[in-house]
Amino acid sequence: MRLHEYQSKNLFARYGIPIPKGRIASSATEAKQICEELGGKVIIKSQVLVGGRGKAGGIHLAKTNKEAEDYATQILSMEIKGIPVRKVLVDEAVSISKEIYLSIANDRNSQKPILMASGAGGVDIEETALKTPERIIKRTIDPLIGLRDYQLRDIAISIDLDRKFWKPFGEIITALWSLYVDTDATIVEINPLVITADEKLIALDAKIVLDDNAIFRHPDLAEMRDIDAEAPAEVEGRKFGVVFIKLDGNIGCLVNGAGLAMATMDIIKLLGGNPANFLDIGGGASSEKVAAAFRIILSDTKVKSILINVFGGITRCDEVARGILGAMKVIKPEIPVIVRLVGTNQEEAIRLLEGTELFTADSLYSAAKLAIEKTKDGAK
Amino acid sequence: MSILANRETRLIVQGITGNEGLFHTEQMLQYNTNIVAGVTPGKGGGWALNGKIPIFDTVQTAVDATGANASVIFVPAKYTADAIYEASDADLPLVVCITEGTPIQDMMRVKQYLKSRKTKLVGPNCPGILSPGESKIGIIPGNIALQGSIGLVSRSGTLTYEVLYALSQKNFGVSTCVGIGGDPVKGLGFVELLELFESDAHTEKVVLIGEIGGNEEELAADYIARKMTKPVIAFIAGISAPQGRKMGHAGAIIEGNSGNADVKIKKLESVGVKVASYPEQIPDFVRN
Repeated sequence: MRLHEYQSKNLFARYGIPIPKGRIASSATEAKQICEELGGKVIIKSQVLVGGRGKAGGIHLAKTNKEAEDYATQILSMEIKGIPVRKVLVDEAVSISKEIYLSIANDRNSQKPILMASGAGGVDIEETALKTPERIIKRTIDPLIGLRDYQLRDIAISIDLDRKFWKPFGEIITALWSLYVDTDATIVEINPLVITADEKLIALDAKIVLDDNAIFRHPDLAEMRDIDAEAPAEVEGRKFGVVFIKLDGNIGCLVNGAGLAMATMDIIKLLGGNPANFLDIGGGASSEKVAAAFRIILSDTKVKSILINVFGGITRCDEVARGILGAMKVIKPEIPVIVRLVGTNQEEAIRLLEGTELFTADSLYSAAKLAIEKTKDGAK
Repeated sequence: MSILANRETRLIVQGITGNEGLFHTEQMLQYNTNIVAGVTPGKGGGWALNGKIPIFDTVQTAVDATGANASVIFVPAKYTADAIYEASDADLPLVVCITEGTPIQDMMRVKQYLKSRKTKLVGPNCPGILSPGESKIGIIPGNIALQGSIGLVSRSGTLTYEVLYALSQKNFGVSTCVGIGGDPVKGLGFVELLELFESDAHTEKVVLIGEIGGNEEELAADYIARKMTKPVIAFIAGISAPQGRKMGHAGAIIEGNSGNADVKIKKLESVGVKVASYPEQIPDFVRN
């Protein structure tokens, strides 16, 4: 779960990481008022959960109250990568003498937290990572011991930080580590952490991603989830324990298990078709759950056929078949539905499906092939 | 013969009184797995499944009373880490964690702790281990697999079953099937499993099922190039996945180019691994 910049900055403030003065606004009038309070020179920053805001024109420096109002009006009417901007953060503008990159993230390769820092912070950090990776230092952290003091000095030295900043910089890293651990974050990032003209360290931007598996421990953070910023079908899916990701093809996929769902999409593509989505219905396949999955898939009008691939294993296939038939009665899809079931009681399942409008297949290969053919039939 | 689980396995079930724990205990018993005890804190002294399996409050007391040498964990995700610590502190050599949804930082601490212990961990978020005809630890459906000489290791769940089923349809049996789980931080990885299969006298070929995300397939390719004498056949799921999206498994996040399916496939092919284009093609590659 990703937090907005303003939510992340509130958490920074709670942990003593210095942030610029500023507030969130949902209207241009509010933005103008905040600008007045902050002395007439501010940065207006769109609050959306996608990267590349600045490059999309979602961040502007306003030098007067009027400019603040105008830019806020403009940004609040924008869509960035398809997501409408509903809020802007109005932060005081600071004069920058150096930009630092600092983050702590889960590193699956070392299976430990990793701290990354660079003296070349700012919007081009990803380019730096590609072209001059030696300019980004990486240190793994022992998850049982945590950060050690020498590591703070080592990091400061490695990014060529002037000695006079070692102490405040070390305090910021320590605070960031506490925040990472306390919130069960997967990423906490400051880019840039600036040194201002008057030699203060301030986090100008903030990014926090939380571990969805750990949200149960953090009801206060769970409330920060911004449903508006997510695709409606994905939100709907989550309600039923269905993981859905929209793609741009025309064959709807309904599969149990993430690996099998990917393999199903892969074979459709391999045989010349185009999957419309990734959909993992997880464990069990009650008619309510299948119906929800149908609704989600059919909300995409480009879908011309649906391929259901359920490997029952221990789950009884006749129950899955009844679930599918129940959902068919409720949803009545007007496009061909191809079903492939394997597992306990699969013969009975096939018998249940015979004589209905459903098409059955006995291998993944033939099911994918049929699903592709059926897209060419038009409505059945 | 087999790796990790065999006729000598004396298993305890942590979380035996939960729905999943109880259901799969029955399934494992039907497969003739030697389940010697269950553990549920607060229910020690009772019995599960009509007096078949004694329940203990702690893993240590269960081990002391029964001589168990392996554990399978079905406890809810918030208790997973503690259950693994408990099993490891009771010196169990093998712990298989089925539970999905374990917080990642919990697992990073567990993983670091296990470095000082002799416990081998499989999972979490995995289907477990099946050595056909010998023992089953976890939830892999026993009826879809035949006994044989193929070692199968996979990061997936139902996709593993799909491959087992495809092998059985063509009369190929497996020595052991191990689902190592799809989480970003977990116990045994591909390399450790390849080592075990390489030294198992009854495994002749290995099938490796990978997916997008992380660099485990790349590490496996390095190991295969350096050490492996047995043929390896692979399938990597996610070639059609869009970049940078989370596809359900916590593990399946693409980092830069390194986690892409095509990069993994090329790397495996460069060390002589035959990579199938779809699961049902695997038996053809195993045959040749």
